Amino acid sequence: MEAWVHLAVAILLPAFFGALVAVIFPARWRNAPWVTAVITSGLAFAASVAGLVYTASRGEVRYYLGGWEPPMGIELVMDPLSAFFCAVVTGMAFFVFIHGKTVVPRETPGKEAAFYSTALLLVGGLLGIVLTGDLFNLYVFLEISSLAGYALVAIGDRRAPFSAFRYLILGTIGASFYLLGVAFIAMETGSFNMGDVARVVPALGDSAPATVGLILIVFGIGLKMALFPMHGWLSDAYTYATSTSTAIIAPIGTKVAAYVLLRGCFYMFDPDFVREGIPLTTIIGYLGAVGIIWGSVLAIAQSDLKRMLAFSSVSQVGYIALGVGLASPLGMIGAVLHTLNHAVMKACLFLVNTNILSRFGHTDIRRFDRTFRIRMPWTMAAFTLAAISMIGLPPTAGFFSKWYLVLGSWENANYVFLGVILVSSLLNVVYFFRVLEKIYLRTDGEPYDEKNEREDAAVEREESPASMLFPTVFLAASLLVLGLANAFIVTYFIRPMIPSGL
Amino acid sequence: MPLTETYSSSLPFWAVAVSLLAVPAILWSARKPNLREFWTLLAAAIKFGLVLALLPGAKEGRVAEFVLLEIAEGIELSLRADAFGMFFALIASGLWILTSFYSIGYMRGHHEKKQTRYFASFAVSLSATIGIAFSGNLLTFIIFYELLTLATYPLVIHSENREAIRAGRQYLAYALTAGLLMVAGAAWIYGTTGTLDFTPGGILEEGMLSAGGMRILFFMLMIGVGVKGGIMPLHSWLPNAMVAPTPVSALLHAVAVVKSGVFGVVRMAGFVFGPDVMAAYDLNTILAVFAGFTIIVASVIALRQENLKRRLAYSTVAHLSYIAMGAALLNSEGFTGGMLHISTHATMKITLFFCAGAIIVHAHKENVSDLDGLGRAMPWTFAAFTIGAMGLTGVPPVNGFLSKWFLCLGSIEAGQWLVLGVFLVSGLLNAAYLFPVVYRGFFRSSDKFRKLGEASPFMVVPLCATAVLSVVFCLFPNLFFGLFDLATAAVEGIMKAS
Repeated sequence: MEAWVHLAVAILLPAFFGALVAVIFPARWRNAPWVTAVITSGLAFAASVAGLVYTASRGEVRYYLGGWEPPMGIELVMDPLSAFFCAVVTGMAFFVFIHGKTVVPRETPGKEAAFYSTALLLVGGLLGIVLTGDLFNLYVFLEISSLAGYALVAIGDRRAPFSAFRYLILGTIGASFYLLGVAFIAMETGSFNMGDVARVVPALGDSAPATVGLILIVFGIGLKMALFPMHGWLSDAYTYATSTSTAIIAPIGTKVAAYVLLRGCFYMFDPDFVREGIPLTTIIGYLGAVGIIWGSVLAIAQSDLKRMLAFSSVSQVGYIALGVGLASPLGMIGAVLHTLNHAVMKACLFLVNTNILSRFGHTDIRRFDRTFRIRMPWTMAAFTLAAISMIGLPPTAGFFSKWYLVLGSWENANYVFLGVILVSSLLNVVYFFRVLEKIYLRTDGEPYDEKNEREDAAVEREESPASMLFPTVFLAASLLVLGLANAFIVTYFIRPMIPSGL
Repeated sequence: MPLTETYSSSLPFWAVAVSLLAVPAILWSARKPNLREFWTLLAAAIKFGLVLALLPGAKEGRVAEFVLLEIAEGIELSLRADAFGMFFALIASGLWILTSFYSIGYMRGHHEKKQTRYFASFAVSLSATIGIAFSGNLLTFIIFYELLTLATYPLVIHSENREAIRAGRQYLAYALTAGLLMVAGAAWIYGTTGTLDFTPGGILEEGMLSAGGMRILFFMLMIGVGVKGGIMPLHSWLPNAMVAPTPVSALLHAVAVVKSGVFGVVRMAGFVFGPDVMAAYDLNTILAVFAGFTIIVASVIALRQENLKRRLAYSTVAHLSYIAMGAALLNSEGFTGGMLHISTHATMKITLFFCAGAIIVHAHKENVSDLDGLGRAMPWTFAAFTIGAMGLTGVPPVNGFLSKWFLCLGSIEAGQWLVLGVFLVSGLLNAAYLFPVVYRGFFRSSDKFRKLGEASPFMVVPLCATAVLSVVFCLFPNLFFGLFDLATAAVEGIMKAS
C-alpha cells in the first residue's frame, strides 16, 4: 500500500526531470534529447497505466508533497479520473515523441534539446493539472503548461509568432479568470484544497461567491478548452506551429481543460446544484453542441489538411462538452471515453499530416492525388481508419463514444443534442471523404484506364521511415482495439470514476 | 416462447470471418491473378460449407450462438444462427460461389482495372452480409450494416469516372444517414427496454412508448433498413449504383446489399416490433402503403428504362417491396411469402443480371433497343433470361410463382384486397417490361450479330445454373437444404411468440 502512494509522483517527476536533462547533453549527441523524451514519457506512461489499474480497483491515492499535509501542504490526488487523463496525456506524448525522431531535427534544426525540453515541460504541466489536489497549485501548473505551449506554438512558419501571441493573450485572460474564480472560492470556503472545498460547499447552501467562483473557473477553462465561442485562438495556433508541436499539443492540450471542467462541476460542487441550481452544465452542453456544428462546417471549408484538422478539433471538443452538459453517468462515460478516443484519433491524424508534409512538402488538399496511396500506402491506410473513426462508424472507437452520448441524450430526452450528434457525423463524412476520394481515386471525371495503370505502376513507394510509421500505424490500429474493448474500458476504468452525486 | 434451444458454437463466427480472413491473402497475391482468385473461391467454398454445417441444427430449432465480446456496456457482439438468419445466409453464401466464377469471367473478359480491390471488397461485403444474417441483436446488426456500406463503396466507384464517383457519394449519403437513424433508434430502444436482442415476436410491447413515439421509432428504423432495401422514396441510389461492374449489380444489388435491407425490414417487423405492436399502432399499414406504392411506381418507371441494367434495377426496387409487403401482412402466409421471395427473387434476378453482364461483355450492348436478334447468337443467355422473366412475372414452373402464391394467399387471409390487386397488377407490369427484351432477342431479326457466338463459359455456366435453380426450386422447394422448411420454421417462431 505504502509503495503505491508514490505512483502519483512517479507519473509527474519523469516529465520535469526529462525537461531538465534534455538540455544538458553536448550538441554532438544529436539524438540524446529525443531519447530522453521518449524514455521519460514512456516511464510516465507506464506509471500512469499502473496507476490506472491500481486506482480502478482500490480507489484513490493521496501523496503529500514534502510530507506536508493539507491544507498547509499540497497533495497530489490520483483517483480513477486523474489516472485516466494521465494515461491519455503520457501515452499520446510517448507516441508523438517517438514519431519526432527525424521530423524535429528537420523542422527545428539545432534546437532539438530546446524543443524536447519545452515539450516535456508542457507534458509535465498538464500532468500536474490533472494530479494536483490544490486549486492554486493547479493554476501554477496551468501556467507552466501554457507558457510551454506558447513557446511550442511560436516555433513554426512566419505567421506562428503572431498566432502564438494571440494564443498567449487569450490564454492569459483565461488563466486570469480561473485564478479569480479560485480566489472567490478560497475566500468563501477558506481552503485551496479541492477535497476541503468539496466538503464545505454543500454546507454553504446557496452561496453566491462560490457559485460565481465556479462560473469564472468554467469560463477561464472553457477558453483553454477552445469551447465555442472561445475557440478563435485554436485554428491559427495549430495551423502555423511546426507539425510535431501541433501533434503534441492538439491531442492533449484541450483534453486537460476538459478534465478541469469535469473536476470542477461534478467533484468539487454538487452535480445536482450545478445542473439544476445554476444551469451551468446545460450551458456548457449547448455551447458544445453549437461548437460541434460550427467546427465541422468550418472544417469543410478548409483546403489545408492541417487547418481542417484544427477545426475538427473545435468540433470534437464540443462532444466532450456535450457529454458534460448531459450531466448524467452516460454523458460522463461518453465525455471521458471521447477524450481518449479523440486523443488517439487526432494524434494519429496529425502524425499522418506530418508524414505527408515531410514527404510531399505541403498539405494542400487540392493538390492531393492518387499517387499518395501508392507512395505511402500505410500512412494512407492509417488516415482512412482514423477518418472512419472520426466519422463514427463501428467498430472503430469513435462510434462508441458517440453511442454513449446518444444513449445519454435519449435518457435526458434532449433531442437537440441527439440531432447535433447525428448531423455532425454526416458533416464529418463530407470533409473526410473529400480527402479520401483525392487519395484513392482518379478524380478528373474519366474512367480509370490502362494508361493510369501504367502511370501508377511507375510510381515508387516512398513510405516514411519506421520511427514515423510505427506510431502512426500503431495509433490507427489501436482505434480498432479501443473500439472493441470499449465495454471493458467503461466497466473497469470509467464506471469507478463516476461521482456518487451524478 | 417458441421451442428453440440455444447452443454455443463458434461456427457462425467462422462463417462470418472466413471471407474477411481471405482479404489479406487476396491483397498479398495482387500480382498473381490466378492465386488471388483461388483465395476468393476457397473462401466462398468454406463459407458455404460452414453455413451448411449449421443447417441441421437450425432445422431442428436449435440455434447456434456465439458471443465474441461485450461490444458496448451491457450489449454483446453476438451471432445467432436462427432459422431466419440461416435462410438468408444460405442464399447469400451459396450464390457467392456462382458469382465468384462469374466475376472472374466478367472482370477478365472486360479487362477491368483494379481487380484486387474489387475482389477484396467483395469478400468483405460477403462477411458483412453473413454478419447481418447472423446478428443476434440490433447493435451487432448495425455494426455489420455499416461495414457493408463501407465495403460496397469501393465497388460502386469502381470505374472512378465522374458518374461512378457521384453515385458513390449518393450511396454514402443515403446509407450513412440511414445508419445514423438506426443508431439513434437503437439507443431509444435500449433506453426504453434495456435490451437489443432480437426476439421472435418483438422486443417492444404495447404501451412502452406513446403511439406517436412508436411511429417515430418505426420510421427511424424502417428508414434505416429501407434505404438499403430500396423502398421508395429512398431508392434513388440503387439505379445510379448500376455503374458498378455487373457481378456487383448481380450479387450485391440484387442479393446481398438490398436483401440485407429487406431482411432488416422483416427483422424489425418480426423481431423488434413484433406483429402485435405492428398491428396495435397501425405500423403495418404505414409499411404496406410505402411498399405498395413502391411496387407499382417502380414497375412503371422500369417500363421506361432504355438501359437494361437500370431496367433491372427498378425491377429490383419493386420486388424488394414484395418482401416488405409480406411482412406488413402480419400473418404466417405473408411472412412465408416474403421470406421465400428473398430467395426466389435472388435466383431470378441474379440470372437476369448475369445475362445483362454477358451481353455487355460479349456483345457490348447496354440498351434494350440494341438487342434485336441477339437471342439467336446467344441462345443460352437469352433462354436463361426468359426463365428469369417468367419467374418475376409469376408464371408457374419458375420459383417466382411460389413466393407470389404465398403472398397472394397472405393478402386474402388478411382480407387486404387492395394488396392482392397490387400483386396482380405488378405481375402484368413485370411482363410488360421484361418480355420486350425476350421478344427483341428471339423474334426480331437483325444481321448485326450473325458472326457473334455465345459468351465465355465462365459466364454462361453460372447463368444457366441459376436459371435451372430457379425452376427446380419451384418444383421441389425442399430439395435444396430444406429451404422451404427453414422458412416455415422461422415464421412459426415469429407467429407463435405473438
